[in-house]
Amino acid sequence: MSDHQLRVSKIRNGTVIDHIAAGQALNVLAILGIDGSEGYGLSIAMNVSSGRLGRKDILKIEDRELSQSEVDVLSLIAPEATINIVRDFEVIEKNRVERPDRVSGLLSCPNHNCITNADEPVETAFEVISDGVRCNYCGTIIHEDIADHLAVE
Amino acid sequence: MRHDHLISAAQLSRSDVEAVLDRAGEIADDLAAYRDSRPGLVLGLCFFEPSTRTKMSFDAAAKRLGGSTIDMGSVESSSVTKGESLADTVRVIEGYADALVLRHPSEGAAKLASDFVDVPLINAGDGAGQHPSQTLLDLYTIREENGLDDLTVGIMGDLKYGRTVHSLAAALANFEVSQHFISPESLRLPRSVRFDLHEAGAQVREHTELEPVLSELDVLYVTRIQRERFPDESEYRAVAGEYQIDADTLAAGRDDLTVMHPLPRVDEIAPDVDETDHARYFQQAHNGVPVRMALLEMLLENHGGIS
Ligand SMILES: [Zn+2]
Repeated sequence: MSDHQLRVSKIRNGTVIDHIAAGQALNVLAILGIDGSEGYGLSIAMNVSSGRLGRKDILKIEDRELSQSEVDVLSLIAPEATINIVRDFEVIEKNRVERPDRVSGLLSCPNHNCITNADEPVETAFEVISDGVRCNYCGTIIHEDIADHLAVE
Repeated sequence: MRHDHLISAAQLSRSDVEAVLDRAGEIADDLAAYRDSRPGLVLGLCFFEPSTRTKMSFDAAAKRLGGSTIDMGSVESSSVTKGESLADTVRVIEGYADALVLRHPSEGAAKLASDFVDVPLINAGDGAGQHPSQTLLDLYTIREENGLDDLTVGIMGDLKYGRTVHSLAAALANFEVSQHFISPESLRLPRSVRFDLHEAGAQVREHTELEPVLSELDVLYVTRIQRERFPDESEYRAVAGEYQIDADTLAAGRDDLTVMHPLPRVDEIAPDVDETDHARYFQQAHNGVPVRMALLEMLLENHGGIS
């Protein structure tokens, strides 16, 4: 039995997000808007050893599947993640996340003087670039700690 | 040039730039011929931030084309202070005008406004973001003096907040120009501008002093270092002197060095430079009118003329 199987048991239905960069599991939960109060069964394994990543985090969320926009943002902070949809203890779908070209309405711009932080009737929009993400309005680049700029509560 | 709006210099290709400058050159050569080329044009000047020169320059351009301008009055007396959004303001003014010029204190304002209007919109400065019509007149001036290829340009001063710098750097990346950026460490180019220059494959070097590069330059573009950018006065004084030039400084430069400045200047260029053959900043400002005439004409042509 491998190390992480000992820590985290199999789930019947839901989503297993594997190969999250070590230390990012709680940010992934924040993106998904999950704080435990929703009642989903939740298993979090952090900093477990991984052949591919050295160290990684794993999340198992019972009775919850992910929307495309959630996967899009997830891809920005956990580009190596794999998403496994589980039904009846079987992995019925296994997907690598893909970086989208653009994310809308999910991040807020860190530039306080950006027009998207004023009271205007627009959603934020960020272009995904090699260096991070870039505000479509003011051009500011978020290079690291993208999770700090999530517009989700 | 095939654009509906002019938001950022980065949207301009080399051929766009050349097309505008060529047209501006034709206009400058024969201003009288264009006197009534756009009769009935109504240009909306939406200045959410005070600006005398840019506003007057667009005003003059519209009137020289045979058109007229309308404006919002001072920001204090307009509905902006009643909390109306920018999106609403431009949608209203769009109904009064054939094209809009927008100056706004927030970065990204012109992009946002352009999402809400159909008439051509020109960004005349959005916070520390972009100022592309200034860049076109800068390029016009450089082309007249030096041509736009095989050139070494030094850009000095507040590179972090200087929107004229951000636009100019992006536009110069279209040409065979080696760009040198000279600023205090705390006022270096923003990451986003450096990223774009890198992506464009521009030749770029950054310096904290002018002296080591001065003799290589064909053009020295000076901008003002603003006192209010510094947390305390002593920090400002420690750097500001490094970035002031006078006729003596320029003695170490090439004889045909062109010195430019988007104006207004404070003390970064001493008055004794005005008398030298290097000074080109007043001509640069004058070039704004034919360049903006050309720009208006071309955007209106793309838009299918005046309604
Ligand atoms: Zn922004």
